[in-house]
Amino acid sequence: MRALKIGAAALLGLGLGTGIAVASEGGHIEAQEWSFAGAFGTFDRASLQRGYQVYKEVCASCHSMKYLAYRNLQDIGFSEAEVKALAAQYEVAQIDDAGDEEMVPAKPSDHFHSPFPNDNAAKAANGGALPPDLSLLAKAREGGPDYIYSVLVGYHEAPAGFTVPEGKYYNAAFPGNVIGMPKPISDDQVTYADETPATVHQMAHDVSTFLMWAAEPKMEERKRAGVKVMGFLAILTIFSFLTYRKVRKAVHGH
Amino acid sequence: MSSSTPFQTNSKVVKWIEARLPIISTVDGALVSYPAPRNLNYWWNFGSLAGFMLVAQIVTGIVLVMHYTPHVTLAFSSVEHIMRDVNYGWLLRYAHANGASMFFVVVYIHIMRGLYYGSYKAPRELLWWLGIVIFVLMMATGFMGYVLPWGQMSFWGATVITNLFGALPLVGPDIVTWLWGGFSVDNATLNRFFSLHYLLPFVICAVVFLHLWALHTTKSSNPLGIEIKGPQDTVPFHPYYTAKDAFGLCVFLMVFAFFVFFSPNYLGHPDNYIEANPLVTPPHIVPEWYFLPFYAILRAVPDKLGGVIAMGGAILILFFMPYLDFSKVRSAKFRPIYKQAFWLFLIDAVILGVVGAKPAEGDWILIGRIASIYYFAHFLIIVPLISWYEKPLPVPDSIAKAVLGDGAKA
Repeated sequence: MRALKIGAAALLGLGLGTGIAVASEGGHIEAQEWSFAGAFGTFDRASLQRGYQVYKEVCASCHSMKYLAYRNLQDIGFSEAEVKALAAQYEVAQIDDAGDEEMVPAKPSDHFHSPFPNDNAAKAANGGALPPDLSLLAKAREGGPDYIYSVLVGYHEAPAGFTVPEGKYYNAAFPGNVIGMPKPISDDQVTYADETPATVHQMAHDVSTFLMWAAEPKMEERKRAGVKVMGFLAILTIFSFLTYRKVRKAVHGH
Repeated sequence: MSSSTPFQTNSKVVKWIEARLPIISTVDGALVSYPAPRNLNYWWNFGSLAGFMLVAQIVTGIVLVMHYTPHVTLAFSSVEHIMRDVNYGWLLRYAHANGASMFFVVVYIHIMRGLYYGSYKAPRELLWWLGIVIFVLMMATGFMGYVLPWGQMSFWGATVITNLFGALPLVGPDIVTWLWGGFSVDNATLNRFFSLHYLLPFVICAVVFLHLWALHTTKSSNPLGIEIKGPQDTVPFHPYYTAKDAFGLCVFLMVFAFFVFFSPNYLGHPDNYIEANPLVTPPHIVPEWYFLPFYAILRAVPDKLGGVIAMGGAILILFFMPYLDFSKVRSAKFRPIYKQAFWLFLIDAVILGVVGAKPAEGDWILIGRIASIYYFAHFLIIVPLISWYEKPLPVPDSIAKAVLGDGAKA
């Protein structure tokens, strides 16, 4: 342990100043029922699209999703034309023939627009705390989508005797229970196109589903392939065992 | 049909080749007519499984390299590119990452089998030592491979482990700088780890070749621990053990596939999906599970250099096993006390693994220290004492007699 401490101590000192919480112990995480759980689970397309809406209208004002491209949205049920229109709402810089930078509408192949030009700008706008990129969040936290859901619904009054520092908030699920992000969603914050009532729980559930898809977009393909591979291997195992048994019979007592 | 016949051919082409390079008869001697003891049990499947995993790691690794970028600003996103945009990239990466774990599972069982059945005893000392060399090379390869995705655990694992060399007196700090190629884990470190991660598997292949050469010279050990006395004790490797290994491989592949397709991140750490950040230290830096017992021993010693020596010693002590255990009887099957000591040692290794995963605080420190002391006591005190005092059970005259009954011609 001393070796570990010596190796990290100097850098740890620097790390404390960055504003990203150095988590102590995990908070309270509520396990949810997910459409994508289990070997045959798939993403609920309607929930994914609602989740994208929550991300776009709420989370995206602070959180980037830099590993996703607009074209990826076709996988959750948007048409090519819809994706084109969605992308065109944002502008990206490119170099024109004269060598000058110009702003043009984003194409489906462009990655999601980030709310801040760089991490320093993001921290400066958020009281020193860096809003993490959400592309991989569902795989980068213990508990995954359950954790994301629990943080989003975990804003309560701090228990008596618990002091929350100025500019921070109490959260039952966040490690250490002190979070830099203000309560992001309230009832009816978005208006769902499919008229699903936009409760905090519904929005938290939808955006967690969306973030799980964003972190693991090939999950359905992977599980479908897995079922076939397991079936194939089960049959191959039976035949290889029968082959082995036949061969073995020739050697007595073996 | 139960004995092995040497390679014969009537083909003129094969005879022409054989007169110049006896490669066909050599392969035949290793994989077809190789006389294997007729009584090998399923624990003997894990050698060929380890060979399969080595090949699987090299094949998936070579394709991954075609899409990976070894640079601190691009490594993490190139892995995401593999996961999202490369055809079946997710399969390649998950097969490679879980493959490393499967490789270690298989090799740990292979080593434990060797310890239980006394496979390290004369005349197989070199075979055993070469196996430990492979194990050490695997650990180096696995460690450097884990750094390549450039996640938080990659970076901080690399920082902690390379810093261990700093404990060496006088030259320590200089060696660490030399390993890093700079004054911290950075791009130079990533590039050299990438280069070595690609190189070492081929070094492992070379040592595996020597391991097999030694194996085919001394022939396989077996659950009874008695030597082959004649053709009645053996069966040709093909078809008997090729069929058995194929069956074992199918069962193993189901376990492997379960992780790859249904639980690909179970053996990983969530922090490695956060890009490396030298300014933010993760709350608990833990190595991959297969290093945990050794990590626990490292942390059990309240002194940096002492911890490093203990960790290195925990691996190196395996080299002395042929001399620490000087019982005339090989297999634990006929060694009632050694058998119990073996299981206690296995439990101790598992406890060390659990301790390695826990933060070094409270009772875990004490448990880690007791388990570490027991680890060394097993090798240095318990095994030699058992060799001295134990009364082994009577050992059968021959494999054939034990397997086929007294009716067999011995």
